[in-house]
Amino acid sequence: MMKSLLPQSGLRRSSVRGETGRPLGAAGAGADGAAADGGGAGAKAPASSTFWFLLHALCCLISLFLGFRFSRLLFFMLFSTTALYHSATTSSSAAVLRATTTTTTTTTTTTTTTNTFTLSFAAANPPPASLANRTALETAAMVKAGTSGNPQSHVVVGRHGIRIRPWPHPDPVEVMRAHRIMERVQEEQRRWYGVKEARQVLVVTPTYSRAFQALHLTGLLHTLRNVAYPLTWIVVEAGGTTNATAAMLSRSGLTYVHIPFPDRMPSDWADRHATENRMRLHALRVIRERKMDGVVVFADDSNVHTMELFDEVQKVQWMGAVSVGILAHTGAAEQPRLSEEDKQNMPLPVQGPACNSSGHLAGWHTFNSLPFSGKAATVVGEAAPVLPKGLEWAGFVLNSRMLWKDAEGKPDWVKDLDAVGENGEEIENPLTLLNDPSSVEPLGNCGKKVLLWWLRVEARADSKFPKG
Amino acid sequence: MAKASSMGSRRGWLPVALLLLAASLLSPQTAAAAGDAASGEAEHAVQQHSERISGSAGDVLEDNPVGRLKVFIYDLPRKYNKKMVNKDPRCLNHMFAAEIFMHRFLLSSAVRTLNPKEADWFYTPVYTTCDLTPAGLPLPFKSPRVMRSAIQYISNKRPFWNRTDGADHFFVVPHDFAACFHYQEEKAIERGILPLLRRATLVQTFGQENHVCLKEGSIIIPPYAPPQKMQAHLISPDTPRSIFVYFRGLFYDTGNDPEGGYYARGARASLWENFKSNPLFDISTDHPATYYEDMQRAVFCLCPLGWAPWSPRLVEAVVFGCIPVIIADDIVLPFADAIPWEEIGVFVEEKDVPKLDTILTSMPIDDILRKQRLLANPSMKQAMLFPQPAQPRDAFHQILNGLARKLPHPEGTYLQPGDTRLNWTAGPVGDLKPW
Repeated sequence: MMKSLLPQSGLRRSSVRGETGRPLGAAGAGADGAAADGGGAGAKAPASSTFWFLLHALCCLISLFLGFRFSRLLFFMLFSTTALYHSATTSSSAAVLRATTTTTTTTTTTTTTTNTFTLSFAAANPPPASLANRTALETAAMVKAGTSGNPQSHVVVGRHGIRIRPWPHPDPVEVMRAHRIMERVQEEQRRWYGVKEARQVLVVTPTYSRAFQALHLTGLLHTLRNVAYPLTWIVVEAGGTTNATAAMLSRSGLTYVHIPFPDRMPSDWADRHATENRMRLHALRVIRERKMDGVVVFADDSNVHTMELFDEVQKVQWMGAVSVGILAHTGAAEQPRLSEEDKQNMPLPVQGPACNSSGHLAGWHTFNSLPFSGKAATVVGEAAPVLPKGLEWAGFVLNSRMLWKDAEGKPDWVKDLDAVGENGEEIENPLTLLNDPSSVEPLGNCGKKVLLWWLRVEARADSKFPKG
Repeated sequence: MAKASSMGSRRGWLPVALLLLAASLLSPQTAAAAGDAASGEAEHAVQQHSERISGSAGDVLEDNPVGRLKVFIYDLPRKYNKKMVNKDPRCLNHMFAAEIFMHRFLLSSAVRTLNPKEADWFYTPVYTTCDLTPAGLPLPFKSPRVMRSAIQYISNKRPFWNRTDGADHFFVVPHDFAACFHYQEEKAIERGILPLLRRATLVQTFGQENHVCLKEGSIIIPPYAPPQKMQAHLISPDTPRSIFVYFRGLFYDTGNDPEGGYYARGARASLWENFKSNPLFDISTDHPATYYEDMQRAVFCLCPLGWAPWSPRLVEAVVFGCIPVIIADDIVLPFADAIPWEEIGVFVEEKDVPKLDTILTSMPIDDILRKQRLLANPSMKQAMLFPQPAQPRDAFHQILNGLARKLPHPEGTYLQPGDTRLNWTAGPVGDLKPW
């Protein structure tokens, strides 16, 4: 590169020769020769100039992409005397490809001449003392990684490649293993922090054959399958047991009792409500007969339950009440138009226990159905909001021993089950099972936590569903 | 004759048989009793749901340092400590606040002595990490001069520094690379540990094996994490842990590392590229309000290195019972002689990050449960915290325990009069300017 790079110098030289040639004039041959020489030189100049131009452009482009590293590399390659570099090229390629697994390198050269280059290629400068050590290793061509100042460490300061495996996506087998690990961890958590003696959960569900029965029962089935406690599902079916329901129950994998109820379900909401109450009472009698032990939860097939509900009901002593969110829902796409005043006056649609400041039961929150008066549905399948009637059974849980004929410690404020509903009287809510309704225990942080949602959704009255 | 002998032999056989029968009847009963006792114990252990922790130094996590050592606190002018805090009270909340709280703790501690002649250790309350930028990050540029000035003060005022050249003094240096006083690793390595601190004991958060900025005999401490804030976000322990792996933080530091590959030695970027679409990994750069609650719902919490290998994530993971997954090659963790970190956390090398999901899902479940039991040990959580006022077995006490374990001072601590080992003019010229 000591030779001049400039293409113009060649041209200048030929033109100078031409000029000096002219004043001579006498030697025409000399002038011709000079002209020819100049012409020849002129002909050669464009080729070399384009070559240099192209090289210059190439260097510019490379510097643009690789920047300082390339030019530093070039400088180093050309000026170092004993070049001990190795994978400097891989390091520069690491800038372009990100899938390499290389680390950075330091190139250290020490010579006995005045040329002493310590080029740390993006690595820590080793302290001057250790350079003396390196002269001994200079004879072998080797790569010395820039370390954290200490020759024994293999942790390198500086730029590293970002390791990405060829298929960075989840492996389904590993995902299943992780889920099993989490299940086991949660089981252990329950063992340490959860209830000590887990009681069986007896779930009472009244149902009947209609278009949405399979929909609702499947939802409830999946909820119950996730419950961590031993469970028995008591399904009372109006109009007798059907094969479809029996098949679904047997496929569920749950312990179940399928009880037929002789009456058919009426198509009027008020009557349906009353029939459901009688079906629940029937289930309670079965529990009493079979002396089933556990906590009784009333899970209507269309309701939505949280998992925390089943953890919370384990705490019940005799009878407990939980907060139920009421989803008064229409069949139509638009909700009923409530006036602004109504919206402001409407309390939260939650049914549940109300506590006083010392945490004792003081009363009940019930659903305010005034804004919906006149717009509520009366017939099943009508496109109007379905409202709950009074206190819904879903918000109450019982200790099954309360239903037994004789049980230890049964409090005297509990009526005997046989005395209830004998004369055909209507059982509105479970409080009629008690003599003294003030002994009900509020659950779920004194009713502040809503643990389940009450919802009634049925197919339109004119939808086709084969009866029977 | 023959009959008599045969009858005699039969009768001789009978008591032996009776004895054997009695023995066989008794032994299952004792075995059953032993079995009951064993299962009873096991049940008791399960009910306790935590395990004792003992590290390489033995079962020392619950030691009480009072009576085992005496610490003398130098009385430095206010400009070294109180004035700095008054100027910028943010120093009390950031992750380097341990230096300030250690001072306050020692002032009212039972190990403090006002008589320096009976002291085993000498403490210099100089806050080198309290010069903050408007954004709140500490600037280390004046710290070497501040430290040097403090040491000059104490060596002129009292004879104890020159007696040992600092070998029985300890300093709290919680900055990124401790006494190297720089936030950039290359520059920190270049500077090395401040020459005047060569013989003193350093109490620092930075720990990496074979690194210039960690000297032999240093005590590694956890970074400061606000205990009240963490207490306020505790949730019920029976909330099921349903997140497998959790991490919140940067993966690329585009401000300081625009090219990529420098920050975290590429490990965090590798985490993101490999696992951003994996449902088991809940990782993002979000700043959720439920960060502490989420950690309590996770089984594994990642603690990868950043610009420095340590971070408050380790403290948070331990306090919230989430198994820390430490991705930082050669890191030295706090109180490593008292706490057996290999049994508590999972160590993953930076080159194995692409295989992290395989590593974590193929861990035996008993290991995972055992780690959770160890984490549930309240002594473990206490040892990571700096509560005010101090409580037994907390990080302050662990530091004192560490100092007590270094006693008695070894040969060579006390120097002959006139013998100095320190070079007071070593280091960059800028450090020699007075402060």
